[in-house]
Amino acid sequence: MIYNEDFETLPREVLEALQLKRLRQVVQRVYHTVGFYRRAFDEAGVQPDDIKTLDDLRRFPFTAKQDLRANYPFGLFAVPMSSIVRLHASSGTTGRSTVVGYTKRDIDTWTELMARCLVAAGLTKNDIFLNAYGYGLFTGGLGIHYGAEKIGASVIPMSGGNTKRQLMILQDFGPTAICCTPSYALNLAEEGKAMGIDMKTLKLRVGIFGAEPWSEKMRLEIEDALGITALNLYGLSEIMGPGVSMECQEGRYGMHVFEDHFLVEAINPDTGEVLPPGEEGELVFTTLTKEAFPLIRFRSRDISRLLPEPCRCGRTLYRMDRVTGRSDDMLIIRGVNIFPSQVEAVIMEIEGLEPHYQLIVDRAGNLDTLEVQVEVSEQLFSNADEVKVLQNMERRITKNIKDYLGVSARVKLVEPKSLQRFEGKASRVLDKRQI
Amino acid sequence: MKVEQLSIFLENKPGGLEQVTRILKDAEINIRTLSLADTTDFGILRMIVNDVDAAALVLKTQGLRVSRTTVVAVEVPDRPGGLHGILEVLSGNGINVEYLYAFVEKSGQNAVIIFRFDDPDTAIEVLQKNGLTVLPGAKLYAL
Repeated sequence: MIYNEDFETLPREVLEALQLKRLRQVVQRVYHTVGFYRRAFDEAGVQPDDIKTLDDLRRFPFTAKQDLRANYPFGLFAVPMSSIVRLHASSGTTGRSTVVGYTKRDIDTWTELMARCLVAAGLTKNDIFLNAYGYGLFTGGLGIHYGAEKIGASVIPMSGGNTKRQLMILQDFGPTAICCTPSYALNLAEEGKAMGIDMKTLKLRVGIFGAEPWSEKMRLEIEDALGITALNLYGLSEIMGPGVSMECQEGRYGMHVFEDHFLVEAINPDTGEVLPPGEEGELVFTTLTKEAFPLIRFRSRDISRLLPEPCRCGRTLYRMDRVTGRSDDMLIIRGVNIFPSQVEAVIMEIEGLEPHYQLIVDRAGNLDTLEVQVEVSEQLFSNADEVKVLQNMERRITKNIKDYLGVSARVKLVEPKSLQRFEGKASRVLDKRQI
Repeated sequence: MKVEQLSIFLENKPGGLEQVTRILKDAEINIRTLSLADTTDFGILRMIVNDVDAAALVLKTQGLRVSRTTVVAVEVPDRPGGLHGILEVLSGNGINVEYLYAFVEKSGQNAVIIFRFDDPDTAIEVLQKNGLTVLPGAKLYAL
């Protein structure tokens, strides 16, 4: 099923003409309204009028996550605050969080795109939809919520966590569709089974999963454990949130990028060179219609490839393959994005600690675990040879990580120099997960 | 009248303690007494040695986290009620004990209790006023 047949099945040349028109507009607009872009374009020696074809975008500079942080919180907004009706933000300490804004029209666009995603998954107004994505500053919950209401489904705004209650609602309300992280879906299946619930007899028939990397193997596991069709949803808060691309139930392979709103390129992450379709690289997005927070050539750091082959569903939109990795050191822990530098910022905020730490990520059952090992500093230990002082320190770090980054970690103090000293990310992160 | 104690941070892993005793053995340092406080993740090894400065230096050089703490050593007759007598004095004067450990002197006549107080000076004053024997550091190191 296709929600917006007019735009989702445009002949490629018509779609590309529309993209070019929108691209020229957005590049003009950011040049004149956002100081950052004016400086960046001037430095790169490009002018908005240089865009004559879509390929001309290649001459324009990239926008990095670092640029968003440097302009924290509202520096890259292209409209006055009076036009902004919603703010979302990533986790992080001051200056390490990224803030995104939406105008009324941006919310309408997002709603439409999420509606397209849900219809691509076969949902209609007859579905009861359990939304187990987190509500709040995270874009997941609310973004999907609006789309589900738009198509007339009965939305249960459950949010994440609280597994026993989720299982009760799965049995009593009889939702036919669910949305959460893939690992949480497996966790629900496992906990349900442990409680003696026959998960396959639930009314669930389709699951929409995203916000963390997963594999075909996990898809089969989820489909088997819950007796559903499992589909992949992709998005990133900087570009909009969930609903940047979505798998269709007909194709069940690769996520259609809503190219009438986003221009996507795949690049070599080391050289920045644009790669031909089909080759694996880092995805780079340009928003074509966003008003409040337009982004030009935003480096997503997600590694994937673009699939130009036509899909049996009839959409002409290119698909992107599963995200297979990152070109930076970001970790996704239970759907929450975390950079080691954010953990470091939390540690360094506490007096007496030194930036010697290591993150150990693993998967216990179906849920990610994060252990943060912090070396006991001389200053910390010289002030206290008492167990309670050190344990209080562990608790304090745990709490700050939870408060700032929104993830539960097990904090462990370790001996000095027990963590290897390397340059770069290898020393900071040990990811033992097998996905 | 105070005693200097060394505290060493140890992770809970095989060989942690052995590493410390080997370093001290190689430096020919004698341990008078010790105590180990442990949690699920880590432990704190506390000890009185014959040469605090040398021990602290050699342990630090080997990369261990070492701190020096002031404790109070009190001599107590090695018989029932010995320790109770001291604690009665302390609680009667509102002095809080952070932790303690004990050992018996070579003669076997007396036990020595090592106390950690928030305020060792006040504690020493109270103990002595009540006729208890507080051992000076020098005596303990040379036992």
